[in-house]
Amino acid sequence: MKSFRLACTVNGERVEREVVSSRSLLEFIREDLGLKGTKEGCGEGECGACMVLVDGKAVNSCLMMAVQLHGKDLVTIEGIKGKAGGLHPLQKTFMAEGAVQCGFCTPGLIVASEALLRRKPRATLEDIKLELTGNLCRCTGYEKVLSAVEKARDEKNA
Amino acid sequence: MKRTGKTMEKLSYVGKSMPRKDAEIKAVGSARYAADRDFAGMLYAAAVRSPRPHIRIDGISDAKARKVPGYAALVTYKDIKGVNKWPVVMQDYPFLPEKEARFAGETVALVVAASEKAARRAAALVELRYKELPFVEDPLEALEKGAPRVHGEDNVFSTYRIKNGSVDEAFRKAAYTVEGEFSTNYQVHAYLETQGAIAVPEPGGGMTVHSTTQCPFYVIDAVAAALAQPYHKIKILQTVTGGGFGGKEDVPALVASHAAICAAKVGRPVRLIYGRKEDFQSMSKRHPGWARVAYAADKSGRITACRVKYVLDGGAYSTLSPIVLWRGTVHAAGPYKVPNVDIRTYAAATNKVPCGAFRGFGQPQISFAQESLIDELAAKVGMDPLKFRLKNLLKPGDRTVTGQKLNSSCGLAEIAQAVRRRSGWDRKWKSPSVKGDVASGIGFSVAYYGVGLGAGGRYLDRAGAMVNIYKDSSVGVSVGNTEMGQGALTVLAQIAAETLNAPYAAVRVEEVDSSKVPDSGPTVASRTTLMSGNAIIDAATPLRERIFKTAYDLLLAEGADASLPMVAANGVFRMGAKSVEFKKVVSGCWSRRLKMCEQGWYTAPRTSFKNEDGQGDAYVIYSYSADAAEVDVDLRTGVLKVRKVWAAYDVGRIVNPGLAMGQAQGGILQGMSWAVYENLVYKNGIMVNPNFTDYVIATTADKPEYDITFIEKPYAEGPYKAKGMGEVPLIGVAPAVANAVRNACGARVRSVPLLPEKIWKEIRKG
Repeated sequence: MKSFRLACTVNGERVEREVVSSRSLLEFIREDLGLKGTKEGCGEGECGACMVLVDGKAVNSCLMMAVQLHGKDLVTIEGIKGKAGGLHPLQKTFMAEGAVQCGFCTPGLIVASEALLRRKPRATLEDIKLELTGNLCRCTGYEKVLSAVEKARDEKNA
Repeated sequence: MKRTGKTMEKLSYVGKSMPRKDAEIKAVGSARYAADRDFAGMLYAAAVRSPRPHIRIDGISDAKARKVPGYAALVTYKDIKGVNKWPVVMQDYPFLPEKEARFAGETVALVVAASEKAARRAAALVELRYKELPFVEDPLEALEKGAPRVHGEDNVFSTYRIKNGSVDEAFRKAAYTVEGEFSTNYQVHAYLETQGAIAVPEPGGGMTVHSTTQCPFYVIDAVAAALAQPYHKIKILQTVTGGGFGGKEDVPALVASHAAICAAKVGRPVRLIYGRKEDFQSMSKRHPGWARVAYAADKSGRITACRVKYVLDGGAYSTLSPIVLWRGTVHAAGPYKVPNVDIRTYAAATNKVPCGAFRGFGQPQISFAQESLIDELAAKVGMDPLKFRLKNLLKPGDRTVTGQKLNSSCGLAEIAQAVRRRSGWDRKWKSPSVKGDVASGIGFSVAYYGVGLGAGGRYLDRAGAMVNIYKDSSVGVSVGNTEMGQGALTVLAQIAAETLNAPYAAVRVEEVDSSKVPDSGPTVASRTTLMSGNAIIDAATPLRERIFKTAYDLLLAEGADASLPMVAANGVFRMGAKSVEFKKVVSGCWSRRLKMCEQGWYTAPRTSFKNEDGQGDAYVIYSYSADAAEVDVDLRTGVLKVRKVWAAYDVGRIVNPGLAMGQAQGGILQGMSWAVYENLVYKNGIMVNPNFTDYVIATTADKPEYDITFIEKPYAEGPYKAKGMGEVPLIGVAPAVANAVRNACGARVRSVPLLPEKIWKEIRKG
């Protein structure tokens, strides 16, 4: 199997690793980097539990190959932090609003919401709903998830 | 406590939206689910599955699989040291099949290898020699004479009957009668975390199993049986569980047993984590249901009789079908006063995936049928369907169809009125509107739900707890029921903190460790707050006495006025101007060498129901729901959109309003998703769409608006007067939606899901 010298940034740190060409980005994150906060829910890009930021955009890491990360910037849930290094505003609003139940979809939802608010700081409720259709949650009925993202948006713009 | 008198009048934590204990670790991604755990020397297992609905197994060969680098072992039934029967209700499901496999997707063997990829590649290369046998897919056909045999002589896993009064006579004398056939399809749990377990061998033949599960004590039963080891050598540690909804009631025991059988064979830790497709194909589902229901009413619009035939499609093995069917049977006539009933129910065996528990547990299917038909009966009588229900609803003091007299904790009429008022029912139902091609309407339903296992599981309805107050005053609570997302760790911590007057932050409830707390039954039937909550109160009560006595003594030593009452709240004890904190009191208790750790136990009150005549008290207490759904139907395409759902519940006192709201919203969406979108398809005995691309569940874009009301009818036996919450919100959604579609465009759709083509066909019929 062909292997490749992969150089990228992971949560702000420079990383170089040998990866085989068949390795998915999700496997690279969970198995090679040992970052277990990124979850596998379906393995085919339907549920969003494995979402990470690649160059600031939310991607399903199960659908991207690790080698495609070469020269790029990866942020996983472990790298989503507040300005002072504590909890990120989205993490705080998810907790305060009660948007976390079983929690398996939560890292993906926070990553997807962060990508949206970076791209569109004044995203409307409809924008948020549309953006998060790729993140399945079976527990919450989404109400508290949407209000958590709205609260974080409002705090960001305040 | 008697000495310190009237404390605790105001509650510190119960009834408040205390922050979720496990929210932060989940939000930062550090919570460790089963697949996130690693062990030195761990190997990976993958299942070899039957490709066809019914086969005779002629041979299994790993000749090709052996060539995969990292290959370790093939595991078949021959590797099972114990009896090859999974100990669930009827014990017809082998851990691994010996001669026959009865559904497509059934695990017939496992392979173990150095990586997950290698294990999966090797499993695909295992050669299964088999002969196809005749199979049956349709549950009604399965019940006919001459159908291919799946179970026993008649393909009936179980059957029940509830009979009371003279049904034939009541129908003869009735002023109005209605009858209809209804059906509902599967529902896939779609918990975001798939099934999985890691089994770690211990010296001397023991095994520690890390399992994502609702029911660690079902897992220990199965693993001990499979390995033929005593329970004290087996330890089950529940991992953070990524959703259950009933789907992690029984089957995690099978998955964990497979991991344990593999680990015992290779002598190393073995991880078995399911992929999404195999989870769809082989794990439990909500049963497809079929029902023929008839109601009779007198001239004044009082229901006089109900006749039901209800069939569940159990799949290839019985698993939980007998008890799912029992719950459906007891609730089949709906929450009404019905003097004459005849309910006959059957769980049929077919060559498909075995069905089991799913939020509502046999009730949503029959609720869809009977609540749709109640609307038709109201129409015949010429009444508004909500007012018709109000006239017939069960009230405190009334008897259910099993003859059970309801106590005062029954707010059914109040919740129906609340939904009526809040939804603007009286105006909206009378005037459904059509704007362009979109017809809008509103529909209503009610449901009741027996909390806990009831007479169907009376020998399992007990729970334990351990409360351990450490020297530093932090409190560790162990229970036998699980957190699966619903918020049990939080609600149970509130109950412990309240009883001990400990600061909420000082209390930690742990995930279940089977070696710490005795078998507490399953985490199902909306029973955890009630059962584990009461067990915690039982454990905490003697501790509370020691703490309160010590606090009293400390306050007197500080010069408090003994004539004043001691007030305990928010972790502080006060007498007049003097106060002492929990931490100092605990330190005082330890220096007095008091016992600061206690076990608690709670058993549910007796239930008198008897299967012979279907009469008696079926459950200790009921929770109630009322739902109104407002929908838009596109008259050109039949596409249905649920715009808003108003719901009201009586689930007793609410321990945590924020979490209760989360249960309500989540339950409504799950019910709506089943009613409108979810459509699992079998063709020739094979599941056609085992994935989220082709099996659609509701997303953010489909979410309706929610309007939720709680009317809290206290239950004297409940912990701080709570009943049970988890399943109640799902049950009534589908019939409310179906009745709204009827109100909007005249289409009466008698099968779930209400797909556009079904609605469109009914619209075309006119």
